[in-house]
Amino acid sequence: MGHDTNYQDREFKIIGTRVKRPDGIDKVTGRAKYGADAFAPGQLVGKVLRSPHAHAIIQKIDISKAEKLAGVKAIITSADLPDLTGSNRGMTDILENCMARGRALYHGHAVAAVAAIDEQTAKQALKLIKVTYKLLPHVTDVDEAMLPDAPIIQDFVLQDGKPSNIAGISTFGHGDVDAGFAEADVIVEKSYKTEQTHQGYIEPHACLANVSSDGSGELWVTTQGHFSFRVVCSTLLGLDMAKLKVTSSEIGGGFGGKTHVWTEPLALALSRKANRPVKLVMTRDEVFKASGPTSSTSMDIKIGAKKDGTITAATAMLRYQDGAFPGIWGMLGAMTAYACYDLKNVKTVGHDVLVNRPKVAAYRAPSAPMAAFGVESTMDLVANEIGMSPLDFRIKNAAKEGTQASYGPVYGPIGIGPTLEAVKKHPHMRAKLKKNQGRGMACGFWFNFGGQTCVDLNIGPDGTVSLTIGTIDVGGSRASLSLIVAEELGIPYDQVRTNIGDTASLGHNDTTEGSRGTFSSGMAAIFAARDAVGVLRERAAKMWDIPVDDVVWADGVATATGAKHSNLPPLTLAAIAAKAASTGGPIAGHNEVVADNAGVSFASHICDVEVDPETGSTKIIRYTVIQDAGKAIHPDYVEGQFQGGAAQGIGWALNEEYIYGADGCLQNTGFLDYRIPVCSDLPFIDTQILEIPNPNHPYGVRGVGETSIVPPLAAIGNAVSHAAGVRMTHIPMSAPRILKAIDDAKA
Amino acid sequence: MTGVLVSTTINGDAVQFACPTDETLLDSLRNRVGLTGAKEGCGTGDCGACSVTLDGRLVCACLVLGVEANGREIGTVEGLVEDGKLHPLQEKFIEHAALQCGICTPGFLVAAKTLLEKNPKPSEEQIRYALAGNLCRCTGYDKIVRAVQAAAKEMRKK
Ligand code: FES
Ligand code: FES
Repeated sequence: MGHDTNYQDREFKIIGTRVKRPDGIDKVTGRAKYGADAFAPGQLVGKVLRSPHAHAIIQKIDISKAEKLAGVKAIITSADLPDLTGSNRGMTDILENCMARGRALYHGHAVAAVAAIDEQTAKQALKLIKVTYKLLPHVTDVDEAMLPDAPIIQDFVLQDGKPSNIAGISTFGHGDVDAGFAEADVIVEKSYKTEQTHQGYIEPHACLANVSSDGSGELWVTTQGHFSFRVVCSTLLGLDMAKLKVTSSEIGGGFGGKTHVWTEPLALALSRKANRPVKLVMTRDEVFKASGPTSSTSMDIKIGAKKDGTITAATAMLRYQDGAFPGIWGMLGAMTAYACYDLKNVKTVGHDVLVNRPKVAAYRAPSAPMAAFGVESTMDLVANEIGMSPLDFRIKNAAKEGTQASYGPVYGPIGIGPTLEAVKKHPHMRAKLKKNQGRGMACGFWFNFGGQTCVDLNIGPDGTVSLTIGTIDVGGSRASLSLIVAEELGIPYDQVRTNIGDTASLGHNDTTEGSRGTFSSGMAAIFAARDAVGVLRERAAKMWDIPVDDVVWADGVATATGAKHSNLPPLTLAAIAAKAASTGGPIAGHNEVVADNAGVSFASHICDVEVDPETGSTKIIRYTVIQDAGKAIHPDYVEGQFQGGAAQGIGWALNEEYIYGADGCLQNTGFLDYRIPVCSDLPFIDTQILEIPNPNHPYGVRGVGETSIVPPLAAIGNAVSHAAGVRMTHIPMSAPRILKAIDDAKA
Repeated sequence: MTGVLVSTTINGDAVQFACPTDETLLDSLRNRVGLTGAKEGCGTGDCGACSVTLDGRLVCACLVLGVEANGREIGTVEGLVEDGKLHPLQEKFIEHAALQCGICTPGFLVAAKTLLEKNPKPSEEQIRYALAGNLCRCTGYDKIVRAVQAAAKEMRKK
């Protein structure tokens, strides 16, 4: 059935209230089951052997000793994973990333895996596998990887017919930037670098695989997309999709890192070989080494403006590393770089570059934070040069409805202008700064994504409602979706329960990425509820024996309209459900939708820092996030997304980075040396939700989960430059880097 | 591999399990006793997801051996509910949306409970330092600190 996806202005009864989430009780009592919490009778422990080298030919893998160890039930190498991907390059890359095929491409690349009766035996077996490597030259730095004599990572990648590490070059923009720069009174050109960071979810990847000898199987896994995992795993293993049931566990954080398979195909292959269930849980060390972090980058940003503050031209040359396999990360950087601004002449070029590092994965608004760091830092420099406040300079150039975005489309109603106006009014801007303190601000953009979605809504015989969804719940979306159904049906929130269905119980749902969970499943839930209302009206009409057109549904009851029916008391959902058997059977609503136009999202952040001039260490004093949510279904969880993204951005800006040695090996593979922000590092993070309805959603919802990580790098960079008088161009702005900048400035 | 029989008390119940001498208490709790509330986020004492109490003291269960539980009292998140009633911290964590993914929540609850037992009226700073051994990647800690403050207030009323 076709449904109108357009925004309709209306008064809400319970949307926007702060109800308790349905899974809360299980999560505070320890009852919730995450990836590593499942158990199957007879299960084995799976473990992966990983390359100790950055780049090496695997000459020989000798498993003879390991095989003989008592308690070892299966050992696999790439020989157990024949290439069944056809000519699908993307799938081949996933296969090769799951397990090296003749060549280890990065430190931590899987080379073999074992399944044994317990952890101790599995670990011992790994030690008995003997791999002979022949070392190859490696490269881990993005700029070095682009040099003509750099070691080549993938032979199939060519530029101008010659082997190259540049896997993609993407250009966006419009107008004539040369003419634009010629008109400028002021031009600022600067280069920046950002280091690689990891999503840092606290739950490591974990799964329980169970493949039977008849080729059917089950996979329990912590994932952002169990339907996509089914597609990938069944393709790589040659299983029928319908015979592989994938169930998503509760997920202990993902932020993009759990959109990709890493060890799941190995667990399935081990299970198939051992003919027993295999549980495979990554260690934290493995998570850092071999599950995809975000790109490190290098960029050149150039912005020209007139004295009145009008930007005449802007360019960005972006170089993003993808790890050892081609990605779209440089492209996304090039698309997002100038998306906040209304520019006549703009050009961005994104390079996707291969290096000997793990395959890059999405990390919350992937690629946008780095480009924003370069652009928003340069924006401040230009504003300074022309003597305008950075805020007014941004307001003057902000994109608005009708602006052609630098990546192509023309914007509808958008929130960048309003977030900037809100910055102007915010009390944060008037808070007094002390010695060694500075204030900075920055803007950020993210596209958001909708995609394929379907839901089932079933009304039980007692009139309670169960909604089955295929997107996963990363941070309270089950509460938001129950609110939506309750709103549509006009019933109390408690009468609705939202559950996540496995791949056997629903049609395909795209991965929960691009901030799409509440947006797209919410849209499908609205339509499914409206379908159910149609059925409820029919059933009520049947019970009363009147035409269905004489029945309206409002406030949770069916009412017969018109004077001639005034003797008929309204029928509740429970009353109609109780009679379902005699009026046509179970009552349900369904919806399948490709929820396009998730509604672009903008944010402006304000940040105050204090820099200790003696040590270079930086403390966040105040932090404010202002973002357009379209419509906040459950404000607590919208604020939570704003705060969580800001905190991740703060960690990235100040401290987090992958540190590689000269040997190409990752040196900080634990939370001690890869230090993410802890409770005592941060202040309360203030939030302000703006609601500029998305025209393409019945409630006006926009994705909210990702944009909040985009501005922090630049906001903090701008604040540090005010506090310490030095312009930081290298992220993270760790204490030694800031101290060096201060010392260099003195010298 | 040598195994040892361990007799311990977990959340007030007498429990026995056998484990190898090099097995962590976290693995014993999760894989032998069947209490999976404590989580492994790192296995190296850096994330606090495995927080439990050992004779009332807050420890990382990944840094304690299963055999060390012998003759001692272990407290886990599963023991927070008393007489079928949620602990005020559990109530406030739900009410204040102090969890998103919730993987860190058991550790935070155990750590916060230990804090409030020692210091019923902690300042914001004391809360932040007491919880600095527990990593949360989702929330930015804002709502967690507020939930602990609210629970402390509630508990002082009693
Ligand atoms: S698992 Fe024990 S501290 Fe992280
Ligand atoms: S709620 Fe996800 S790590 Fe804390």
